[in-house]
Amino acid sequence: MNRPLGLVGGREPEAATTNPGGAAPATRRGTELLMLAFAAVIMTTAIVLVDANQEQELTLAIVWYGLAYLGIFAVAHLAVRRWAPYADPLILPCVALLNGFGLVMIYRIDLALTERATQVGGEFTGVAPRQVIWTVVALALFLGVLIVIKDHRALTRYSYTSGLVGLVLLSLPAVLPSAISEVNGAKVWIKLGFFSIQPGEFAKILLLIFFASFLVSKRDLFTVAGKRVLGVELPRARDLGPIVIAAGVCLGIFVLEKDLGPALLFFGVVLMLLYVATERFIWVAVGLTIFGVGCVVAYQLFSHVEQRVANWIDPLATYNEPGGGYQVAQALFGLGTGGVLGTGLGAGRPETVPEANTDFILAGIGEETGFIGLAAVLMVYLLLGMRGMRGALAVRDTFGKLLGGGLAFTLVMQVFVVTGGVTKLIPMTGITSPFLSYGGSSLLANYILVALLLRISDAARRPQQQSRPRPVQQQAPIADAHTVMVQASSGGGQVPVAQPAPPVRPATPAPPAAPAQPANGSAAAQGPAAPANGGESASTSDKASEQAEGTEQSDSTEGESKS
Amino acid sequence: MNTPLRRVGLAMLAMVVLLLANATYIHVVKAADYRDDPRNQRQLLYEYSRERGQIVSQFGGTILAQSSKTNDRLQYLRKYRSGPMYAPITGYYSWRYGSDGMERASNDILTGEDERLIVRRLSDIITGRDPRGGHVQVTIDPAVQQAAYNAMVSRGFTGSVVALRPDTGEILGMVSTPSYDPNKLASHDGDKQEQAWASWNCDPAAPNCTHNNPMLNRSVQQTYPPGSTFKLVVTAAALESGMTMDTPVESASEVPLPGTTGITLENYAGATCPGSTLRDALAYSCNTAFAKLAEKLGAQKLRSTARKFGIGMDDLSIPLDVEQSHLGPLDSSAVLYQSGIGQRDVRLTPLQDAMLSATIANGGVTMKPQLVKELLAPDLSTLEEYESEELMDEPALSSQNAEVLRDMMIASEANTSGEGKRSDLTIASKTGTAEHGADPKNTPPHAWYTAFAPAHDPKVAVAVIVESGGDRGLAATGGSVAAGIGRLTINAALGEG
Repeated sequence: MNRPLGLVGGREPEAATTNPGGAAPATRRGTELLMLAFAAVIMTTAIVLVDANQEQELTLAIVWYGLAYLGIFAVAHLAVRRWAPYADPLILPCVALLNGFGLVMIYRIDLALTERATQVGGEFTGVAPRQVIWTVVALALFLGVLIVIKDHRALTRYSYTSGLVGLVLLSLPAVLPSAISEVNGAKVWIKLGFFSIQPGEFAKILLLIFFASFLVSKRDLFTVAGKRVLGVELPRARDLGPIVIAAGVCLGIFVLEKDLGPALLFFGVVLMLLYVATERFIWVAVGLTIFGVGCVVAYQLFSHVEQRVANWIDPLATYNEPGGGYQVAQALFGLGTGGVLGTGLGAGRPETVPEANTDFILAGIGEETGFIGLAAVLMVYLLLGMRGMRGALAVRDTFGKLLGGGLAFTLVMQVFVVTGGVTKLIPMTGITSPFLSYGGSSLLANYILVALLLRISDAARRPQQQSRPRPVQQQAPIADAHTVMVQASSGGGQVPVAQPAPPVRPATPAPPAAPAQPANGSAAAQGPAAPANGGESASTSDKASEQAEGTEQSDSTEGESKS
Repeated sequence: MNTPLRRVGLAMLAMVVLLLANATYIHVVKAADYRDDPRNQRQLLYEYSRERGQIVSQFGGTILAQSSKTNDRLQYLRKYRSGPMYAPITGYYSWRYGSDGMERASNDILTGEDERLIVRRLSDIITGRDPRGGHVQVTIDPAVQQAAYNAMVSRGFTGSVVALRPDTGEILGMVSTPSYDPNKLASHDGDKQEQAWASWNCDPAAPNCTHNNPMLNRSVQQTYPPGSTFKLVVTAAALESGMTMDTPVESASEVPLPGTTGITLENYAGATCPGSTLRDALAYSCNTAFAKLAEKLGAQKLRSTARKFGIGMDDLSIPLDVEQSHLGPLDSSAVLYQSGIGQRDVRLTPLQDAMLSATIANGGVTMKPQLVKELLAPDLSTLEEYESEELMDEPALSSQNAEVLRDMMIASEANTSGEGKRSDLTIASKTGTAEHGADPKNTPPHAWYTAFAPAHDPKVAVAVIVESGGDRGLAATGGSVAAGIGRLTINAALGEG
């Protein structure tokens, strides 16, 4: 893989070409398989090391976990071959590496906890087998997403539905009795007998889909209509309303549930989506200001926020307080003891940190594999995020861009929030490490996330389908073409002025042309209802086809400007 | 839309870079702080997984502390021979409460982490042997330690005994009572550790507290007013200023404190001094003489002489850290009066008090006290042998004056009561009866005895302090309470106990 990571270097050449009828780009499934094998080697080495350091002899567990692991990722690979053949070849191996390493750490902490339990005469049932089962379930969901969602643009049809379902899922634990929903002070669970789920993890993706499709449908309204205040054009309240309300409600729920990490994550992602959709940095500035005020208010109002901040400023000072810095301090002790090279897998004491196999799994990794291991894990996350972002850059439709970018950003931001918390960069907020941490909900949700990223990257590199000839795509119906011109002179003309100057790199595509869509709030509010692939029946409404055309056209414009 | 997406990508990159920078800070810059934090038990757990070296005596190789293999998670159990007796030397080694004493001071050797052992450890790894720690040989003489400890414990005394070899500074005995059993803190049962720790660290004033700071090593961590034993320092300063043992001094039964009205400083029991020479003043421990003498010598002279005995050093390590002994502010004549008899703000550790005798015994030269004789590799080969060294650049007093002072101390011993006197052994000594507390006249005084023997060929110097009068209450004196214990200790050191 001597290609640039994708972000800075622009699109992959084959993705940029949109020549219909040309040679199909390489699927690169072979690369994926090779990289998966590489991940499997690392995983196997890691578990052998753990066993060697812990038991002094190799156990059958290795074979068991190894086979399960190989089976899971063989199926995943075959599924990608079948249903997303042009998908990015590095995304799945990155996931395999993280998931595998997570399994090894969970298994390793199981060993330590079992030993500790035996010492005090108790018993401890390992959770690694459960995590394997969760991974299998996650794989099923992964397959389901790849099979059912043939085209990510179809998701825009369900934007309000997913938004509503997301809100319900998010708020469910808050309204349920604490006995069912509260674990360690955070009311974010639904306990169902022998297993529990965190519906918020799924809500995260559903809400992301809602925000992305909503913003795509309203995109122009944010930039053209509205008053100018202090040189900034504010969108009309009715355009912005739903998103502000939805975001406010979500944040309110998080506050009720005392779940700070997801709140922070959610807020960051909404800001990022707003910024990308409107291309105006002012939204980030406004959002950060609101965030700052919110932080101060939360600090004044909630004792648990104040405690977290105190633990962050000096975890050693609040070490002995109830709910104090003990956990963070122990994590830091572990990291410090690990040093640059680490104590060696299986040779440290990661179980000393409470929640060692969930929120604080990175502390264990940092202790046993040292700075080098922690940095490597962070780089794998970055690689995964960047490959996702690269798919978003290359895909042709704005919804795909927004959704892909949002998903990739979610992943990296989550890593930032949890790693920052564990390493005392920011206050600890309680959130899982994607793919690494023990926990079914987090794993399932992140596999869905990755399936969507694969879907988007597949769409980005898949050769254009022949069902609709190119010229027709570029020439909109006369009525729409007229609309485009009007917009180009009034609203569209302003776009380049209002946004920052485009980078001078030749590879950079021109700013997107304004989509051919009337500035009509009520029309757009109905949502994009058109099936994204052409060839619909004639009964498709005008507005719907308008929408589809607009999307297509703006995308092809971008595509053309490249070549 | 790609431009903002690219910027978001850059933001993602920035976030990870930020995390990496912070991780570097934690893993590299702050690593040592976090690793060595006493609340971080990882290092201790790691140390437990290897055979920790022994702490042995230089006499007969008596093992004071050693590790033995167990079946539980902490693979080795630390065991202490006669735990309470040797606790001030060995300290303890606990996975819950860290470590203290030699266990802490020589931790690197005992764990095998010392750089001189690294090469050997590498060869251990290659040859497949479990890594082991080196051993520490201490200067303690079990006979001396036992005699002094038994003497204190059988009488139920709270206090300390220190015995030194005057010519090398080797510490032969270091007793602190009441003591504690480090075996309980080394237990692999956390609850037992916790119970023991809690019972030893309670506030002595609390109603259900049955101990009186047993974990305090009174020999080096506690300072006391030295009382009349400090007159040795004043006498040394006087001799060094040109006075002789026949120099006439004040002999009145009481003198008024300068700058006050009606407050007087009086001799013990309000008696007039039986003699009027410096020699008599020391032999009979006349307070009025030394009060006036201290004022005459002045703060500077007193301080410089005290300094040459080691008083005022704040970095003495044997290698246990020794609390600073000091004179306090000598800023007025009244303060000098009171300081001259070892009261007011003068404070010495029992070790420092033993060093007074040791210095005089060693011809005026103070030797650096030391507890470690030798450091040994796991295979018992020598890593480092400790040489005796002088504590200060110049002697506290000339050898002639030291002999004069010795003779004065022999005279003092002749006037000292107490048990254990032998006709065949000449001891040079000085007693002390130090007032303390908020109401000194009604608080049982600390009883001191510092001595060396044989007077003309010194082999051992001792200091004994018995806190708050021992079993004699207000009537206690250094002679009646402390001297007997000192003599028992001396006998043990001379092999005749």
